[in-house]
Amino acid sequence: MSNTISTPDSHNATDGLNAKGLRQDEWLERLKLFGLSSPALILILVILVIPVGWLFYVSFIGADGSFSLENYERMIASKSYARIFKTTFQVSILTTILCILIGYPLAYFMSQLPSKLANLCMITVLLPFWTSLLVRTYAWLVLLQKKGLVNDWGISLGLWEDPIKFVHNLNGTLIGMVHIMLPFLILPTYGAMKAIDKDYLKAASNLGASPVRSFWTVFFPLTTPGLFAGSLMVFVLCLGFFVTPAVLGGGKVIMVSMKIVSNIELFVNWGAASALGVVLLVITIATLWIASRFLNLNNIAGGGH
Amino acid sequence: MTIKTEALPITVRHVTKTYGSVYALDDVSIDVKQGEFLTLLGPSGSGKTTLLMVLAGFTRPDQGSLLFGDDEVIRKPPHLRNLGMVFQNYALFPHMTVAGNVGYPLRLRKIPKSEIADRVTEALQLVQLDGLGERRIDQLSGGQKQRVALARSIVFEPRILLMDEPLSALDKKLRDQMQIELRRLHERLGMTTVYVTHDQREALTMSDRIAVLNNGKIMQLATPQDLYDFPQNKFVADFIGESTFLNVEKSGRSLMAAGVKLKTSQPIPNKDKLALLIRPERIRILETKTDRNMNVFDAVVSNLVYQGDSFLLYANLGDSTEIAIRGTIQSDNFSRLPKPGEPIRLGLEASDTLVIPDE
Repeated sequence: MSNTISTPDSHNATDGLNAKGLRQDEWLERLKLFGLSSPALILILVILVIPVGWLFYVSFIGADGSFSLENYERMIASKSYARIFKTTFQVSILTTILCILIGYPLAYFMSQLPSKLANLCMITVLLPFWTSLLVRTYAWLVLLQKKGLVNDWGISLGLWEDPIKFVHNLNGTLIGMVHIMLPFLILPTYGAMKAIDKDYLKAASNLGASPVRSFWTVFFPLTTPGLFAGSLMVFVLCLGFFVTPAVLGGGKVIMVSMKIVSNIELFVNWGAASALGVVLLVITIATLWIASRFLNLNNIAGGGH
Repeated sequence: MTIKTEALPITVRHVTKTYGSVYALDDVSIDVKQGEFLTLLGPSGSGKTTLLMVLAGFTRPDQGSLLFGDDEVIRKPPHLRNLGMVFQNYALFPHMTVAGNVGYPLRLRKIPKSEIADRVTEALQLVQLDGLGERRIDQLSGGQKQRVALARSIVFEPRILLMDEPLSALDKKLRDQMQIELRRLHERLGMTTVYVTHDQREALTMSDRIAVLNNGKIMQLATPQDLYDFPQNKFVADFIGESTFLNVEKSGRSLMAAGVKLKTSQPIPNKDKLALLIRPERIRILETKTDRNMNVFDAVVSNLVYQGDSFLLYANLGDSTEIAIRGTIQSDNFSRLPKPGEPIRLGLEASDTLVIPDE
């Protein structure tokens, strides 16, 4: 070949034509971009970094005001803490499983509806979001209590004879939490389902897959990123949940968040409360980190792959 | 073992599909011969894709019959029809590897693992993708995806292969190459193939026969050459190739077009309204004396376009009808061509003088 192609290193890239000026422009542009993003950075610093740093700091301050590990030591030594963590995980896992069992079929149903009906269904799923969490929780209390609507109707219809204890226990807590968490599971799952190209299912069927086979070999695997993302969101939100277990658990279901409140309100022990907060934060971050090693967390906001 | 199938003929009878008051397919009947490469060609909305979807079982027609060989399959669900299909966007499963995709139909058929591996390898060799089995789908180029889709659709040795505009997403060069390759593959495997496209050149290149569809009806079913040389109606003449139409008037037993009494050696359809079809490469600029067996038109050059290997000359007949004339450029004949405004005489051989129904 008579024409040689000039490679970058055949010229001196650092002091070629206008190289210095172009390098300056590049540097200036970066500086400007940093300047534009500084309000957001300051906001994050003020509302996130400083408070969390403060939380860490307080958790290492003992009752006498000096630096100590006593807040963490107490967590390991006291059996009540172990029980609280166990309850927290138990409630979170059960809620997540129930949300999957109810939410996946519901999302599938919606994804198969014509778009107008699907939108209507989506509004009914999102409707609870627009009412206060506290109101919804107390509404469940009214419905499920001993002389509540559910027991009255169940007994008058002859379904059961004695009032069933729906609230002030684990049942009530789970009913309320599943209700509140369900949209968080449905949204990303539904998004993943809607993002599936219908031709995939046609192709599966053309290649010989019965409807059931094509669901399990093509549709379901393609929706798992959305389902995992939704489940993870539900689980992580459950870990720190307060209002619903406090109201519907009737003091029998003690989760970490409730212990934090009692540490402050009853014992006025900011150090102990902070230490619990730190542990909860670490568990949450660890859960997310482990999960992120197995799936793409970009899906958590909904949408497909 | 090698992939080889015994082809099945397809018989379509009176298939009609309506969407509201619109006829997507209007009483369509077609016979696709055993081992034939048949193309459904038509503009969008002509019903070609609907017909393919009826064959695949994804669209349920209002009425009609569909036979694969001797079996009535019109009510059979798609997964029991056992036909290969290449989708327009390939529809490769993103959660499986290349080998996973190609082996999918074999796994469904409960074929032993070792045999699956062999047949997948063979199918990938056939489409020249040896050794790419472990690639993820998103690591493939458009052309490679196309080949994987093809391998997946033939690996289970279907006796009928359907293709829905499989080359439309590829760039021109790759498309031309794949056309030849698909044709070669068809000759090698021998399965009855129904191919859908809106690209007439693609249809002419690949098909044994072409069915031209419009508004849910088959306008003509013929070999590529017959379709081009002897279109049966104005739609086909207009859709396939370039063409100019002149109104034909009957005066007694003779036919007149643009003031010229037509000489033709082609049969004249028995219709009231007729048109003369002129292909740009069949009409010539006359420089010297005329042949007796030729129709001669007087015209004025309106535009001359240089196209590298050929030129396109536009000329106005007296009544402002514009005719296109294509010729090849050899040595310096382009500079000797008449310029805009010059009067010329155009000659059309009697054997190229094709009168078609004007409807």
